[in-house]
Amino acid sequence: MKQPLLTADHLSVQYPGKNGLLDAITDISLHIRTGETVCLVGESGSGKTIAAKTFMRLIDYERGRIAAGHVQFADQDLVRLTDKELRRLRGRKIAMVFQEPMTAFDPIFTIGSQLIETILRHQRVTRQEAWRRSVDLLRRVGLSEPEARMHQYPGELSGGMLQRAMIAMALSCSPDLLIADEPTTALDMTIQAQILQLLKELQREYGMAMLLITHDLVIAAEAADRIVVMYAGRIAEQAETQDLFREPYHPYTKGLLQSITAPDSMRKSKLYSIEGSIPGLHDMPSGCRFHPRCPHAVERCRSEVPELTGLNGRLVACWRAEELRHSGNVQARPAVIEAEPMTSERKETLIEAVGLSKWYPLKRGTGGKERFIRAVDDVSLAIRAGETFGLVGESGSGKSTLGRVILQLERATKGEVYFRGEPLTQLSGARLRNMRRHMQMVFQDAGSSMNPRWKAGDIIGEPLDVHESLSRKERKARIEELLQIVGLSPDMADRYPHQFSGGQRQRLGIARAIALNPAFLLLDEPVSALDVSVQAQIVNLLLDIQERMGLTYLFIGHGLHVVRHLSDRIGVMYLGQLVEVADSAELFLHPAHHYTRALIASIPHPDPAGRGTARVIEGEVPSPAAPPSGCRFHPRCPAATERCKLEAPELQEIGPGHYAACHFPA
Amino acid sequence: MARAILLRAAASLMVIFGTMALVFVIVYMLPGDPVYQIVDPESVTPDVIENLRRQLGTDKPLAVQFANYMSKLMQGDFGRSILNGDPVLPKIIEHFPATLSLTVCSALFAALIGIWLGVLSAIHRNGLIDIAARTLGLFGISMPTFWTGILLILLFSIRLGWFPAMGSDGWRTLVLPSLALGIVASGFIIRLVRNSMLEVLGEPFILTLRAKGLAERMVMYRHALRNALLPALTMIGVLIGDLMAGSVVIETVFSRQGIGRIVADALTAKDMPVIQGVILFTAVMYVLVNLLVDLSYAIVDPRVRRLKSGGGRL
Repeated sequence: MKQPLLTADHLSVQYPGKNGLLDAITDISLHIRTGETVCLVGESGSGKTIAAKTFMRLIDYERGRIAAGHVQFADQDLVRLTDKELRRLRGRKIAMVFQEPMTAFDPIFTIGSQLIETILRHQRVTRQEAWRRSVDLLRRVGLSEPEARMHQYPGELSGGMLQRAMIAMALSCSPDLLIADEPTTALDMTIQAQILQLLKELQREYGMAMLLITHDLVIAAEAADRIVVMYAGRIAEQAETQDLFREPYHPYTKGLLQSITAPDSMRKSKLYSIEGSIPGLHDMPSGCRFHPRCPHAVERCRSEVPELTGLNGRLVACWRAEELRHSGNVQARPAVIEAEPMTSERKETLIEAVGLSKWYPLKRGTGGKERFIRAVDDVSLAIRAGETFGLVGESGSGKSTLGRVILQLERATKGEVYFRGEPLTQLSGARLRNMRRHMQMVFQDAGSSMNPRWKAGDIIGEPLDVHESLSRKERKARIEELLQIVGLSPDMADRYPHQFSGGQRQRLGIARAIALNPAFLLLDEPVSALDVSVQAQIVNLLLDIQERMGLTYLFIGHGLHVVRHLSDRIGVMYLGQLVEVADSAELFLHPAHHYTRALIASIPHPDPAGRGTARVIEGEVPSPAAPPSGCRFHPRCPAATERCKLEAPELQEIGPGHYAACHFPA
Repeated sequence: MARAILLRAAASLMVIFGTMALVFVIVYMLPGDPVYQIVDPESVTPDVIENLRRQLGTDKPLAVQFANYMSKLMQGDFGRSILNGDPVLPKIIEHFPATLSLTVCSALFAALIGIWLGVLSAIHRNGLIDIAARTLGLFGISMPTFWTGILLILLFSIRLGWFPAMGSDGWRTLVLPSLALGIVASGFIIRLVRNSMLEVLGEPFILTLRAKGLAERMVMYRHALRNALLPALTMIGVLIGDLMAGSVVIETVFSRQGIGRIVADALTAKDMPVIQGVILFTAVMYVLVNLLVDLSYAIVDPRVRRLKSGGGRL
């Protein structure tokens, strides 16, 4: 076996807090060999990013401190290096790619100057040579017209292009170790697959070691040789990827794996979820840090910290790992998707949109024609009472705008929206306000949708104050009832939003939305911002409430599996238009539009055995200000012909209840 | 881009026009007949007064007076001093260089000290240097300029004898008044640059720069400071106005020539045309400076440039 390139040995890092030092990571041991990809998996607060920053000693700038342990990189002791030695290491031997490419570049320097700056910092070459090398790198990472990109500013490139440029910059000095911190999280699905594939190719080409940090086990399954699972600042389990997915030992890993919404889950069934939420740095549980959420916890777990110990060629920190191994397999799932019986009873239509468009004017120079961003362009759809209509599409597809226009939060440029046959687009003032009680919304970022200076009870109670005149006692009773419905305790009414965890805040958001007993809820990515182990809780709650209150949902999401799990029917949007509508199971079994096919193909497989099956579509979503002619997908479509360039396809029924806007449906 | 500049210039012209009108209205509404500033009504016949009114044009209706005033302004005629009959504009132009050099020197001084201490303050956040710089800034903002001026005179000319206490000949006379004016402005700039730097240092791209192995000097001065200076730039335009206003006091304290001094003298004598002229002249300068600041903003920040030319991604 080769000598490890990087070794962390019982590493602990502390940060100064308000009341003394906080342990950000505790007693971490891991190693990475040359050419190997190790995935550090964990939810927010697990310490995975801090671990990565520690390997470059970037924690120095945040007043973080290595409290104990060693980090060895090649033949250097990282803990003892001076600032000068560290700067020679950073960017040259160890390079890093960050989560949000849009904010990771200095906005007032060109891409080129930031690349050249890195090369000149570490290598003795002329500016011309550095320029030439930068252009080569940009070409290698798949950017078109690399010379032109060199002169562009970060604000002029899309997220996907910037992430490619960031990767080029990280590779500019051929590092031995590449640390990628959630490199695809901020990107669209199809771009995510492209970037992941690029990283894997480059790693092979450069023979680097790669430390990939992610909250998404599915990405780890796709890319990792070995997976290290972290929880609350400690390592819970470490294993070869195949082993981990075949049989996780730690209850937390088991829980994580089970909470992945699988492509073959029973639709609308309750998802497995880990109870509770991740502890904060200042209130770490004693003993095993997972014990308050662990279904298998015993007395010993509460009092004693389990060491990371070897068990069948892997490492696990659990007192009961050995005995639990024999207590049942976690991955018993039906392997095939079966077409579910079509719900033949046609229910009444609750909401209907007809030829709906929302165009935003674009300011342009003198003389020229006024131009528009066609955020939503001629969309018609009907949502039936009691169903969940899922809407998927990448950023810029107009799915959120469509939702807001349906709710009359923004007024349509053209077209009509009917709610129980009543034309909403023609209502205004008091009559519209009166209709609003029937249609409510749950936001992606629950926290920022609440006034931070209001108490939870008042946040939930506000719709009641507007639409109903309840006595103080009735109001209080109703608020407590709502809190209980969403799984919070009534005495939480006096707390402020920041005193809740992310998942609890989303529960509050849901309570506020259902306060008036609405008929329709717009759910705009309600789980996207939540941790994996909490997502399932919210999905279950939404299912529960729908059944209880007979609600109709419009569910906007980008996690395809979650949308599939919740929805009866799904609409796929691309550049402001609806390109396919079908029954949820039908859409996944027989996707007709080539964009839908590409979307489904870009999902990484949650099983390392199916690795590499994800196919990647080329290119990026064009600007909605200048959509391509004909079929808007044709520049990226593998099946496009001359006809697709000229003639825009209409949405046509290609099967019972299955509509697609494509000249050559698959 | 050219279109954006034209629009901005047109807007500036509107502001200048508005200022002209405002100055006229203010002067018109001031109590007292300007004629009585020239002659004593008790000692002359009504004919003389009537005659003077006709000469000054104050016998005509408001609209006509305004039209006359504007048309004269357009021709560069700022009127004549009531006291000695000198034309106002040449007098302002004659004295402007002295005020200009004072304003520029104090602005440079303020920017230099302010940016330097602001950056140090941010780098050593909550450290000793930070506390010292902030205290200094607080003093600068809180002390009235004439008081600072007097203190400086006491220390540097009376006690130490390094610089003259008055006069406007040679660079040595410029040092103390520039300091006195600049200290106030630098107090604002320290605070501004410090906050702006701290904000930029919290941006994710700073981590990228450090992860690339750049020296802290490069991170701070090449990247962070340049980003942090963008908001400071706007402030400097506003400060120039403050500095010009401050020159009224400072030129008196240091017995310097300059338009501040002219105003101070005109105010005591109620010499309206002169006051009017100087206000207008200063307003035009102020608008010009801010126009320049706005334009330079577009040059320094690629995001603004793109926004103004209407291109770029969404």
